Amino acid sequence: MDRFVFLLATGIADGVVFALFALSLVLIWRSTRIINFAAAAMAVTACYLALAVTDLTGSYWAGLIIAVLVGGTLGWAVERGVMRAARDPLSGVILAIGTVMVLQALTGILAGPQSRPAPVPFGDRPVIVGGVPTLSPYDLFVIAVAVTLTAGLHTLFARTSLGLQMRAAAFAPEMSRLLGVPVARMRTLGWILAAAVGALAVLLAVPGELGLDPHAGDPLFVSAFAVAVIGGLDSAEGAVIGGLLVGVLVSLVTGYLGAAVAPLGVLALLALVLLVRPAGLFAGVEARRV
Amino acid sequence: MNQNPRRIVLLTVGGLVVALAGTFLLDPYRNYLLALVAAHLCAIAGLSLLIGRTGQLSLGHAALMAAGGYGYVAGVKLGDGAVPDGLQPVLGLIVAVVTASVVGLLLGLAGARLHGPYLAGLTLAVVLALPALTSQIPALGGDQGLMVPFRSVPQALSSLIALEQWQAWIALTVVAVVLGVLATVDAGASGIRMRAVRDDEVAAALAGIRPGRIKVQAFVLSAAAAGAGGGVLCFVDSGVRPGGYGVTLSLLLVVGVVVGGTGRLAGAAIGAALVVLLPWLIGLGTSGLDLPAEAAQRLDGNLAVLVFGLLLIGLTVAAPTGALGLLTRAGASRKRSAPSIPTTSKD
Repeated sequence: MDRFVFLLATGIADGVVFALFALSLVLIWRSTRIINFAAAAMAVTACYLALAVTDLTGSYWAGLIIAVLVGGTLGWAVERGVMRAARDPLSGVILAIGTVMVLQALTGILAGPQSRPAPVPFGDRPVIVGGVPTLSPYDLFVIAVAVTLTAGLHTLFARTSLGLQMRAAAFAPEMSRLLGVPVARMRTLGWILAAAVGALAVLLAVPGELGLDPHAGDPLFVSAFAVAVIGGLDSAEGAVIGGLLVGVLVSLVTGYLGAAVAPLGVLALLALVLLVRPAGLFAGVEARRV
Repeated sequence: MNQNPRRIVLLTVGGLVVALAGTFLLDPYRNYLLALVAAHLCAIAGLSLLIGRTGQLSLGHAALMAAGGYGYVAGVKLGDGAVPDGLQPVLGLIVAVVTASVVGLLLGLAGARLHGPYLAGLTLAVVLALPALTSQIPALGGDQGLMVPFRSVPQALSSLIALEQWQAWIALTVVAVVLGVLATVDAGASGIRMRAVRDDEVAAALAGIRPGRIKVQAFVLSAAAAGAGGGVLCFVDSGVRPGGYGVTLSLLLVVGVVVGGTGRLAGAAIGAALVVLLPWLIGLGTSGLDLPAEAAQRLDGNLAVLVFGLLLIGLTVAAPTGALGLLTRAGASRKRSAPSIPTTSKD
């Protein structure tokens, strides 16, 4: 039972990060109808730079700020430089794959293939509550950041004029342009926001089980993709719930069956959701587009 | 579309004879590379047809090649003692194709209901789960993979050709069969149905085509081609290891498709040659630079991937029809300036 509680708690902490990263996919899907297959590679690249800055200055927080800044800049560069050329969803995926290959090769050449240790700003030993090991201070920090960020994004989209313009630009680009919304700028802004959130999520995940090597993004992307699909790609709330689900599942499978089985668990869950409800568990009914 | 079956058979057999004769001009290592190109060509041609004709983007073809490799090993073990030694590779290749087709059928059934990015994500998850699968099932040999007994050149030919040339012959024969089958299917009624489904599923359904079934058929066909490629790879390397069939290979196959021009079987040959030969050439180039060991290790592999990534982006932006598209366009404009000759449209 103790073990179960511990795994559950770890799962929730992991799940929060998955949810945050999946939010980055949802943000881009909402603004451009593209699934950003390069999201994880972009975030991992930003993390490498962040850790370099942390090494240089000795401050975790400087690295954190750099991760967000570099993430946002990469989002801007990839959207302006590469993804603009996407004519249809297929070429969008292919362009993103090209971006993944370029970024992974560059990090591999510059940083080497070995996994890189990452600093932790707080203790990562679990706090014992009533004799049961639960969350560590670092896990609590991760959860706090993720909850704040999610709430902030929700406020941005639901309450502010900027958020309304972004939603309008994604939902009806032609009409929004006629009404004076700078659609292209909103789209770029969506990418910057999404990439910054993604970079932060990966930076938070790195000290845990993820570790940082040039290919660390691959399994993370698949987990986050599963999360986004489970939640329905349009739904931020769905991403949060999906993230917790996948986080707990991965943690339980890893704890009871071994870390090697975790990708199989994610695959099974993804296949199940795609077969039963391809639009996601939390998506509304959509009229058929012809 | 205007190719009749007889023309396809003539082209394939003619091409095969020329290619087999050409192996005499190559040294053993280049024949080995030729066999690798042929193996990758099987998978790239199948993937090209899948993406080009039905619009299904699979990032999981590396896993299907691996399925072919494991199938090959199973086939050889099955035939051990039951069939003559010379026929064991044939049995292995048949089992390879069947295994990959079955895996492809399962994936295709799941994928037929999914649109572009969803299928890409699902198939990516399959490739990433492959090492987990092989480590969980003891019969698949874990990270070490499985080996097959080494096959030397048959007695009758052993005085004439080297081992690598024999391997290239087998690989070329398999790829000729695969290309022939793919071209025949593409030229026939199924090819037209696939295009109809890709262009407009609803209209195709109204015309009496069942889009789901067509998509699954295309996926199985493509998987079978990838399986044949995996089987050849296993034959050439005398074994299969899960480490060789990761995400990188899957992405390289997509590069091969895009380079040659999506949906063009002849272009797939250019793509396959590039995917196999460019890393080799870059390796030759960097080893000539006399770099320190660590830098060389970092550049090894990564530099090729960097070039492939840039190529993928550049081609998608500038030349969606791929290298072959550029060549035919150049040819067409030259023809236009010459006295006009009625040309048949080629798809």
